[in-house]
Amino acid sequence: MIISALAFYVFAAITILSGLMVVTARNPVHSVLWLILAFFNSAGLFVLMGAEFLAMVLVVVYVGAVAVLFLFVVMMLDVNFQNLRKGATNYAMIGGIIGVILLLELIFLLGSAAVLPEAGTGAQPIPKFDVMTNTHAIGHVLYTDYFYLFQVAGMVLLVAMVGAIVLTLRQREGVRKQSIAQQLDRRPEDTLEVVKVQPGQGA
Amino acid sequence: MPGLEPLLAEYLPILMFLGIATGMAAMAVIASQLIGRQKPDPEKNSAYECGFEPFDDARGKFDVRFYLVAILFIIFDLEVAFLFPWAVSLGGIGLLGFWSMVIFLGVLTVGFIYEWNKGALEWE
Repeated sequence: MIISALAFYVFAAITILSGLMVVTARNPVHSVLWLILAFFNSAGLFVLMGAEFLAMVLVVVYVGAVAVLFLFVVMMLDVNFQNLRKGATNYAMIGGIIGVILLLELIFLLGSAAVLPEAGTGAQPIPKFDVMTNTHAIGHVLYTDYFYLFQVAGMVLLVAMVGAIVLTLRQREGVRKQSIAQQLDRRPEDTLEVVKVQPGQGA
Repeated sequence: MPGLEPLLAEYLPILMFLGIATGMAAMAVIASQLIGRQKPDPEKNSAYECGFEPFDDARGKFDVRFYLVAILFIIFDLEVAFLFPWAVSLGGIGLLGFWSMVIFLGVLTVGFIYEWNKGALEWE
């Protein structure tokens, strides 16, 4: 189908372009916005592959939450980004090495798939789409076959929650909080006093 | 893949919508560039701040508790994301699948109670 091929090339091209812009944009806030565009287009690629659930999770979790966090961090860091950029060449060496390692890994992966087509299929082959949708397929294995990993994911989320609270929660002194129960408990008798004042006696 | 086509056909309206939205946005920008009179000067191009010279970066430090709220949001966002495949396939995964999710929710509820008691959900 020509439309899906066309859509693939458009999504892929925009993903790569916005990925490049993430790295090269001068303003870090712009980088994050390009990153959001890259996420959206990757979601489009997922949909083209039939992975609807992953696409929606990518949009909801990465665009909705992670990108917002990145924006927070970028806005919160009180760093002069022009000065930061000057030292970037010092890290070019180690960054290049990591890039080459990742490239080699990708080549190995694609190469092994070409030499041994059955090598990469894994223990749980993805069912055909006319049998069940991607969301069904995930649900059928995630909670039973991968019980242990699923519980570990819950533990990791718990640790993240506790860690975030321990690191960032500070109670400020001298803050007067609104306590609705206390407000509702208040009776007129506790606070109001009706005084009969005789005529001529008032101060 | 022959089974893929009906799925993509369902997404065709969204694709068309995306195309139209992008086209409209691009058209608005390009048309205003072409049709409008362009007489730029430094004052027109500078950022507008009411009544005085723009003097500061838009980025400023703000309270770390925004960050805490966002992190707590992500965690519960992920929890809900896990619920969707579970809800869809609950009929086929039996009691183990059901209780596995209940344990998962229980673990996160422990965290929820912790943060409630710590007062992390209250602003000030």
